[in-house]
Amino acid sequence: MAKNSLGREIPETFNGKRYMPYKDPHAIVPETFHFQRASRMLKRNYSGASKVVGGLREAIIASGLKDGMTISTHHHLRNGDRLLNDLVKEIDALGIRDIRIAASSVHIVHAELIPYIKKGVITALECGVNGPIGEQISKGEIKCPIVVRSHGGRARSVISGEVPIDVAFLAAPFCDEYGNFNGFYGPSACGSLGYALVDAQYARKVVAVTDNLVAFPALPIGVPQNIVDIVATVDSLGDPKKIVSSTTKLTKDPMGLQIAQYAAMVIDSSGYLKNGFSFQTGTGGISLAVAGHVRDMMRERKIKGSFGCGGITGFFVDMLEEGLFEGLFDVQCFDLKAVESIGRNRKHQEMSAGLYANPFNMGAVVNRLDCAILSATEIDVNFNVNVNTESSGLLLHNTGGHCDVANGAKVSIIVCPSIRGRLPMVRDEVTTITTPGETVGVLVTERGIAVNDHLPELKAELIRRRAPVKDIRQLHDEIYAVTGAPKAVEFTDEVVGLIEYLDGTIIDTVRTVRA
Amino acid sequence: MEIIKKGVAGTMQSSDLMVFVEPADTLRLEIESTVIKQFGHLIRAKADEVLAKNGVTAGFIRLTDRGALDYAIEARIETALQRASAA
Repeated sequence: MAKNSLGREIPETFNGKRYMPYKDPHAIVPETFHFQRASRMLKRNYSGASKVVGGLREAIIASGLKDGMTISTHHHLRNGDRLLNDLVKEIDALGIRDIRIAASSVHIVHAELIPYIKKGVITALECGVNGPIGEQISKGEIKCPIVVRSHGGRARSVISGEVPIDVAFLAAPFCDEYGNFNGFYGPSACGSLGYALVDAQYARKVVAVTDNLVAFPALPIGVPQNIVDIVATVDSLGDPKKIVSSTTKLTKDPMGLQIAQYAAMVIDSSGYLKNGFSFQTGTGGISLAVAGHVRDMMRERKIKGSFGCGGITGFFVDMLEEGLFEGLFDVQCFDLKAVESIGRNRKHQEMSAGLYANPFNMGAVVNRLDCAILSATEIDVNFNVNVNTESSGLLLHNTGGHCDVANGAKVSIIVCPSIRGRLPMVRDEVTTITTPGETVGVLVTERGIAVNDHLPELKAELIRRRAPVKDIRQLHDEIYAVTGAPKAVEFTDEVVGLIEYLDGTIIDTVRTVRA
Repeated sequence: MEIIKKGVAGTMQSSDLMVFVEPADTLRLEIESTVIKQFGHLIRAKADEVLAKNGVTAGFIRLTDRGALDYAIEARIETALQRASAA
């Protein structure tokens, strides 16, 4: 065990692999470590014949998948995804064991995988998870080592070969028999295939799985035929109506609206809200309310923004079509309006996870962001943010692009109610560090705004505008005076998961909760 | 204050609680909470305080808490007690 720079105990090895402890956001320079791009064998296909081999079972056999290998899927259908569950069932039926899952994310719907973890079909997760799998891992009820990565960090780990994907099974909503596909059209259209684009480039075998085989050529091409090995057909990839989570609605809660109004003041005071403005929000109710204020200010002042980024919602599509942004960079569509737009709007650009946020290249899109709205499950007095574990200690959420965006954006703004169900959200220490405080600009709660030390001009401007600026420790004390001090959750010494920072260093661990 | 019938107050909303009161020979307090690990001790202390202040010596008091703050706990218990003691 070694302590990282944030004081968290980090094991030197985990599940047989060595890891470096986190130091600072810019500590790892790939050139000095001689990091390479992963290579894969060149292949030659003399035939112009169809690559359709049959269903999932035939595709698994044709791919050569064996015990101990790593597979990936993408999560663009989010909680409507059927492929990962069906795939693991077939892998089990074929008697294959000891499979690592390196999906771009895992959702609540994938609780169906739990019996296969117990059975030894799945023995490691090279990806973060949302919901019951993480909950059971952190309670010690199932054993399955898990490494949680951000979107940019996952892209990095695949591109560098740290996580070699043997077979990528990629849901392909609009696909032809020779393997060209996109996500724009068809009964399971999910829009951008941003996460899958990385896997298609770097996996040793690429299987396009479709429920919508169309006549050659499937245009426009998202993933091209020359990197697709196999095509498989299934009845259904899932239900795109479940892409939208309950959180993607504008808040009506007065506290949320107050937070959104303060966050809009922060953006207005940042000096970036002018022609060329670039912006990212999440899908949370407060984030969307902030986007509403930003839209209104841009309209009033006739500001033409540069780009909107991230998971894209219908709200951003409206802003694009109104001419408020030059374009949208879309790594994943968060609702069906975004799905419909990306197949139609040339300025609604599909973006790979590597282009979005991989730190080890000549510049990710997050580097060009002015302001970004991010959420938090907890934040501490040093601005470190937790989005992975709840205050109960259970691992319930994946990182998404949180630490990537905080690191890239000029002003990253955390919006968070000060109290959730009696739990104070500004803590002495967060349960788990997802995003280091030095990459966080501002915390906005309904009780006031705390500005990190590296943005003194923004702080001065907010004070000049009579915004309720407070020291983060003062906010902390005010909140504790209302809630009382919570007892700390007790953990065992058993490390069941790692929280990887975007550069591959380990920022924190997940330990099992003491019952 | 004497508990002579059933009394209920509160909601199941987040940051609120439901209080169920009914007559019993002894005083019994049962607490269920989403934050029992972190705040169980403070919820019990507040409930004990409100029961003592109202001179409740017998009754079955049940709290189903969704992370309510102390003032909400006090108000909900007081209301449930009044409803359970009024003729």
